[in-house]
Amino acid sequence: MEAHAHHKETFITKYIFSTDHKMIAKQFLITGMIMGIVGVGMSLLFRLQLAWPDQEWPILEALLGKWGTDGIMDPNIYLALVTIHGTIMVFFVLTAGLSGTFSNLLIPLQIGARDMASGFINMLSYWFFFASSVVMLASLFVENGPAAAGWTIYPPLSALPQAVPGSGLGMTLWLVSMSLFIVSSLLGALNYIVTVLNLRTKGMSMTRLPLTIWAFFVTAILGVLSFPVLFSAALLLIFDRSFGTSFYLSDIMVAGEMLTNQGGSPILFQHLFWFLGHPEVYIILLPALGISSEVISTNARKPIFGYRAMVGSILAIAFLSFIVWGHHMFVTGMNPFLGSVFTFTTLLIAIPSAVKAFNYITTLWKGNLQFTPAMLFSIGLVSTFITGGLTGLILGDSALDINVHDTYFVVAHFHIVMGLSAIFGLFAGVYHWFPKLFGRRMNKNLGYVHFWVTFISAYGVFFPMHFLGMAGLPRRYYTNTAFPMFDDLADINVLVSYFAIIGGIAQVIFIWNFFYSALRGKKAEQNPWKSNTLEWTTPVEHIHGNWPGEIPEVHRWPYDYSKPGMEEDFVPQTVPLSKDEVATGGH
Amino acid sequence: MANGAALEQNTSSLWGGGRQPFGASYGKMMMWFFLLSDALTFSGFLTAMGLYRFKYEETWPVAENVFTHFPFLHGEHPLLFVALMTFILIVSSVTMVLAVNAGHKMNTKGVVLWLGLTIVGGFTFLGSQAWEWYHFINGDKGAIMLEDQTIMYFTKAGSEGEILSVYELVTGQEKPHGDHSEFQTADVISAFGLNEDVTLRMPGKEKITLSREEAKAAMANAKLIQGAGMRANEYGNVLFADFFFFVTGFHGTHVFSGVVLNIIIFINVLMGTYERRGHYEMVEKVGLYWHFVDLVWVFVFTFFYLV
Repeated sequence: MEAHAHHKETFITKYIFSTDHKMIAKQFLITGMIMGIVGVGMSLLFRLQLAWPDQEWPILEALLGKWGTDGIMDPNIYLALVTIHGTIMVFFVLTAGLSGTFSNLLIPLQIGARDMASGFINMLSYWFFFASSVVMLASLFVENGPAAAGWTIYPPLSALPQAVPGSGLGMTLWLVSMSLFIVSSLLGALNYIVTVLNLRTKGMSMTRLPLTIWAFFVTAILGVLSFPVLFSAALLLIFDRSFGTSFYLSDIMVAGEMLTNQGGSPILFQHLFWFLGHPEVYIILLPALGISSEVISTNARKPIFGYRAMVGSILAIAFLSFIVWGHHMFVTGMNPFLGSVFTFTTLLIAIPSAVKAFNYITTLWKGNLQFTPAMLFSIGLVSTFITGGLTGLILGDSALDINVHDTYFVVAHFHIVMGLSAIFGLFAGVYHWFPKLFGRRMNKNLGYVHFWVTFISAYGVFFPMHFLGMAGLPRRYYTNTAFPMFDDLADINVLVSYFAIIGGIAQVIFIWNFFYSALRGKKAEQNPWKSNTLEWTTPVEHIHGNWPGEIPEVHRWPYDYSKPGMEEDFVPQTVPLSKDEVATGGH
Repeated sequence: MANGAALEQNTSSLWGGGRQPFGASYGKMMMWFFLLSDALTFSGFLTAMGLYRFKYEETWPVAENVFTHFPFLHGEHPLLFVALMTFILIVSSVTMVLAVNAGHKMNTKGVVLWLGLTIVGGFTFLGSQAWEWYHFINGDKGAIMLEDQTIMYFTKAGSEGEILSVYELVTGQEKPHGDHSEFQTADVISAFGLNEDVTLRMPGKEKITLSREEAKAAMANAKLIQGAGMRANEYGNVLFADFFFFVTGFHGTHVFSGVVLNIIIFINVLMGTYERRGHYEMVEKVGLYWHFVDLVWVFVFTFFYLV
């Protein structure tokens, strides 16, 4: 403990190979943002193609080179862009960028620990993530283009190098990148779990943990249990690709030639993949829900409604997420009875999800609402969580799902419920904890502009997609001009693309605000939001070890806002219970 | 409200910090969660294997017909060698327990002895696995692959499905120990044509046997298969060998990394690192990993050899 104060730090140990959780959080955040710019940028490129399929765009030729000759996008690169957009957004931005940033920043600060259990493993976790990002980006520059089998990389498309151009080196690099990513996520998650279990300060019982920490804790457990199964699936796939095994392959004819592979089944891959894939949805979503719980309670100046119900619903969602993966596979020829079992377990998730949604609303109800940008994004999250959750009921029911499977309805559903909710949670977290990250405040007015433009254009992009899907428009198609029955829908696609471009441009405001504020922003005070949690008891300037003196002791839960009989409308966790509170059985 | 009148509540029921939940240090806890994660990786493989095994009941080979060799012994000894391997690995777990126990007592000599024996056990297991792979890859009796890529064993009518080796079919003599002569498909087909009492059977437990006429028709575009590879093997369904190589290979990699970890810790013990540190918890942590690797082998052994 004494060592940390006098520890000499060079540039390299402080900014690059740092073992300090706060620095690692920043590294995750900035890498995640860079990946996010790439991922969102790709979506804008293929939105150009979808809305104006015959239009020549000089920008496509400039960016895509031989794949954008004369400004027309090559069909193969369209698939590759969709694939890499999905991969980057799901794994690199919303898993590592969100969980990596805020678990690292908040777990030690909010539970009262000097650092993560193992700073070294934490550093490794970031550098594996960094290597994984570099490999993924490098795959964009190989001769035949990056992987193009969709972010779910279903075989045989992903298993046969001769299938599509991207199935060659591009796919190999995708698999290498994801293997590194899995290592990174495992190392990170192990650290988060044991830190929460072992390093809590005195008085910080599990029932006094902020909901953020509960969410990160359960997310880490989900990661530890589900990523290894993706690892199994990927290893078997690597063997099929490189060593001639037949785990996923059988009876395949390529270019008039019968392959020798016999006996395997691509459906096996789907089972293994979605056993990760579904918990992955909650790995993305739970941290965002945890962040918004904290932000909403603080800015409503009210205790979170139903703390124990919130914890219970996090645990219930986590458990259920492991027994619903079949709902991604209703059209694979699954036994209808099995389909109804998966329908049942899937619809059960509506219960804990509704508990969370109602608890947010009841926390907001009659609150003394402080509309900070973080609060707006959290309320935006509640909105998208409900909108997207409702369409989840339709897709979770096998009889209904079959009608809209693989259409834009699905695209709309998961972008709203998982993409928007999680990204809003990420924005809320950045706006709320920016003073803790950089010791400065972000510009509030730019934050408002960013929120409203993002929120409106996000709905503008994804809401019309429900109608496209209901009309039967399939996802992942390069163009729909060959199908006269979709001609009427062309205008909707144009509308969606306009909103996508506006929404994309709005993010420039955020990026400018972020970097300008980080360097030149107004200095932040120690507790700018008058919040109860422990991170606001640390000095504004980061120090190794977080607290200059003793680690504070915790005496109460983190949600004593507007408590009757108190002088202020917030009571930090470090304040001992008063006589009256003890008498009335304080938290 | 931080005034002097504040009362300290009763915190006996609350987590007080500084204590370790479940009495485990964070490092040990990390190892447990890592093992949980690794267990799910193996579950992915074993579940996948189970799926195919039941899908291809008829062509999935019976382990007693596949693993019959024992070093320096003639004749067939089904599963004897793998039983020995398993025994060695389990004994190495016992010596690991003794090493951990000696560590608790701060008995450096004991740790050196027992950890050393664990390392020897690990290497012996890896060597045995290499020996078994060698025989698996080289093959034993040989079989025929029909045009639809199913593997069939030769058998004599009325022998209750006893496998007839290609060597015996072609030369008419019993196969000598350690023989690896390779035959041509044409010779096998002509020998099959001459021996009217020879027919074909499927590798599965039920030993579904073809009649002589069916066998003759099936032999039309057949191909001789000797030994095992990723694309075909003489034992039966191609996925059997795929999974054998993959799962035992993956497990072997785990054993190998376990041995490497044990050696690192062993060197640290010799250098007195843990003596100075005042506890041998690192031995306990690698011990957890080692027991896990043994436990996984028990499952692999059960699913590949026993069931």
